[in-house]
Amino acid sequence: MTMTTANTPRPTGGATPPGPAPALPTVPGPPAVPGPVAGPLERLRAGREFGANVYSTIDVLWVLYDRILRITPETTDDPDRDRFLLSKGHAVAGYYAVLAAKGFIPPDWLDDQGGPDSRLGDHPDRTLVPGVEIGSGSLGHGLGLGVGTALGLRAQGLLTPRVYVLLGDAELDEGSNHEAIAYAGATGLASLTAVVVDNHSATHGWPGGAATRFTANGWTAATVDGRDHDALHHALTGHDNHRPHVVVAVVGGE
Amino acid sequence: MRQTFVDTMTDLLAEDPRTALVLADISAAAFAPAAARHPERVLNVGIREQLMMGVAGGLALTGLRPVVHSYAPFLVERAYEQIKLDLDHQAATAVLVSVGASYDRAAAGRTHLSPADVSLIDTLHGWAVHVPGHPGEVSALLRDAVAGDGSAYLRLSILHNDRPHGTDGALTVVRDAGPGAPLLVAVGPVLDAALDAVADLGVTVAYTNRPRPFDTAGLRELAGTEVILVEPYLAGTSSRVVSDALADRPHRLLALGVGHADLRRYGSAEDHTR
Repeated sequence: MTMTTANTPRPTGGATPPGPAPALPTVPGPPAVPGPVAGPLERLRAGREFGANVYSTIDVLWVLYDRILRITPETTDDPDRDRFLLSKGHAVAGYYAVLAAKGFIPPDWLDDQGGPDSRLGDHPDRTLVPGVEIGSGSLGHGLGLGVGTALGLRAQGLLTPRVYVLLGDAELDEGSNHEAIAYAGATGLASLTAVVVDNHSATHGWPGGAATRFTANGWTAATVDGRDHDALHHALTGHDNHRPHVVVAVVGGE
Repeated sequence: MRQTFVDTMTDLLAEDPRTALVLADISAAAFAPAAARHPERVLNVGIREQLMMGVAGGLALTGLRPVVHSYAPFLVERAYEQIKLDLDHQAATAVLVSVGASYDRAAAGRTHLSPADVSLIDTLHGWAVHVPGHPGEVSALLRDAVAGDGSAYLRLSILHNDRPHGTDGALTVVRDAGPGAPLLVAVGPVLDAALDAVADLGVTVAYTNRPRPFDTAGLRELAGTEVILVEPYLAGTSSRVVSDALADRPHRLLALGVGHADLRRYGSAEDHTR
């Protein structure tokens, strides 16, 4: 299944988006985003209103790209790079903003996101966007692709790269994730880190916490405040190199 | 055919470090020696077909050449969205190899039958489909598919013809009834049965084990105004291809193959071939 995109339709009536976006009347306003991301995100937003799940993912995306991932715009094809797979493809606004802030995509690509000639869809396409490792949108595909990526790197002796897959707590409803969780745990796929952004959106919840679905299968886990950059950094570097690792980033339901 | 696949795939894993094999328990025992020699490239994920295809996509993204193998309904039907998204949408490619074609396992009932597999692959773009008609055709088809860089579906069956035929994909004339005769195209293991059926009729018979891409040039060359398709999967699967190829030529087409109905009959594969 898919989730509806966080983006409301772009205002009609002109190919060129307006300059500074007008202030929205919503109260309270959107949560603060990391400084370097604010400009690109505002440019991408172009007057539209973003849903809570855009903001719930930006902090962990920023910590990943700013402090964790061994990847730069110059190394997007380097076999030895870390891999980041955005499985919840609808969290795309923050993703594009972070990629722009880090120089993977030109800022002017942000101005026509979703337009007929844009490379930036409402879900990301790896063949269109530099630095994007997978095309996603239909939930429950990223973790399996991440397992395969980790296995492929290992089979080729590439033991340095780590594979990070970002999912949502509602995305865990998809059974395909549990195929991947069980297998990665059983085989000790140590180069894999799953990041679950938990904004309590799973319809039937995860009693005991989302992390328990991983730890029951032999993963290590850390559950942290998804807004706390230092806590995220600590958790995202907390793997033991023997087992797959999951970071559950808990964010408010705003 | 299955044993030929196991033997050839085992050789390929030894010959080419770019190859990998992804299994979901089916045939795992047959590949145990290969798994022991190449534990990082023979990957049995257990009974998890979604993961099997996702893993193949991930392997391909790192530059490996994955071969994915299971029973046809589990390989193609159960994991169809993963084929569409984890392979095609990622611009990743793989070679899928099935056993249990159509009604090979008739006694197992509907759950193990997959006559729609080629139709499903037809909904995708750019796939080659190989349907060997004899175990002797399997090895070359597999080697060619793995050596290529596109996606391919290799459909193995327990049914087969008495002897192997050409493997380059072109329509091969097996029986020539002369100019103007109706053309019968038999795909894979149904060739011998088709030949028997028209033994007393003035019908030219051509064979292919590569229905996709279909040899449309060969078809145009051999066909007059009457074409009979005999395919070992859903009847009419290639009707569109034939009609497109002959769009500029008034013609009649009879398409034979497996029906859509759940027969709820058991028995052997031979019991269902008629």
